[in-house]
Amino acid sequence: MPDTIQPCMVIDETISCSLRQCCSLCRINAQMIHEMIDEGIISPTGDSPRNWCFGASEIKRIQITLRLQQDLRVNLPGAALALELLEKLTALQGRSQNT
Amino acid sequence: MKFKDYYQTLDLKKDASQDDIKRAYRKLARKLHPDVNKSHDAEEKFKELGEAYEVLQDPEKRAAYDKFGSNWQAGQDFEPPPNWDAGFEFSGGGFTQTDASQFSDFFESLFGKSSGTSHARGGFHPHEGFQARGQDVHAKIVINLEDSYHGVQKTITLNRPVVDQNGHVSTTPHSITLTIPKGIMEGQQVRLEGQGSQGMGQGKSGDLFLEIAFTPHRLFTIDKRDIHLLLPVTPWEAALGATITVPTLGGSVDLKIPPGSQAGKKLRLKGRGLSSKINSGHQYITLTIVTPEPTTDAQKKLYEQMASLMPMNPRSGLESGSA
Repeated sequence: MPDTIQPCMVIDETISCSLRQCCSLCRINAQMIHEMIDEGIISPTGDSPRNWCFGASEIKRIQITLRLQQDLRVNLPGAALALELLEKLTALQGRSQNT
Repeated sequence: MKFKDYYQTLDLKKDASQDDIKRAYRKLARKLHPDVNKSHDAEEKFKELGEAYEVLQDPEKRAAYDKFGSNWQAGQDFEPPPNWDAGFEFSGGGFTQTDASQFSDFFESLFGKSSGTSHARGGFHPHEGFQARGQDVHAKIVINLEDSYHGVQKTITLNRPVVDQNGHVSTTPHSITLTIPKGIMEGQQVRLEGQGSQGMGQGKSGDLFLEIAFTPHRLFTIDKRDIHLLLPVTPWEAALGATITVPTLGGSVDLKIPPGSQAGKKLRLKGRGLSSKINSGHQYITLTIVTPEPTTDAQKKLYEQMASLMPMNPRSGLESGSA
């Protein structure tokens, strides 16, 4: 049986979500988003929650934070630290690969 | 079906204490977590680790599993003997919050399937009137650079857990065909709405998120949208200039090397990287000069002639006094 092509949404640099859309996409509540912003895990653009815009990198950081919390019992500051270190590691690996 | 050595998965001996098991699991979970470990088999290993821990952390399940003793080796063909679990009280219960639908056939043949504990957050059993949305599923999809350069249609097969009316879970293979757009970058995600775990009752299915990973390329390395190639050239091609055919993801193109090029010179092929509808990627070519080894007297003489005709000091910058 031939497969039908599933419609899909690409979460790339063109994406820009409101707080509500971001909550729905990541399945979390606004309170958790606020806590992640306070912890420095994500930094949406826009001057107030009503105008906040979340991009692909915010969405990914939220998803990784949730998985680290669920799978490794990491708390929010721990997840923030892990994310920073992982990003540094990725940058270093990329640099060493391209030299 | 192959026998699985759960002690080997946790790198433990069979007489390990429950505390040892917990510590070994936590240590390996941090090491193998797919968000932390970027190797392509991390997801699989993390699942195997979860399965091993599911069995060994529960003294009842562990005792039953230990009944097999040391007669079995990992990977050996295995069928559980009939009534092997008589006298143990774990069937149908006692599962942790780990997603048991991801466990192997080996696990299922020994311990059965969990009763839908983890398919909707909260671990409720379905009953009339209750509904919960299915969990989102996150997975990696590995494509090659050419797939991203051109865009590609991919069919993937996932073992999708299905919960029946009695709350029993079974997994059925499910194929999904999707179009991966041109110019997708490593780490970006594709979301397929409603293609995650099935919901309970009237609850909607979760979503499927596929994260893009690239297989390493024989020739190219990648930095975001840009493709990098190290191009070996001869000294005369670098000195005199040349037109050289170079590979790109879209096929070979002719590249002009300007006269007087040095090793390390970077040239750009515009738009030959991973370009999407709105963003362009380029291919960068870095020259490396390969010097032919003189083997005959005539060849050696030619080098000597070059030395006398074109004297130069490439180390002038290293002389003492120069900053």
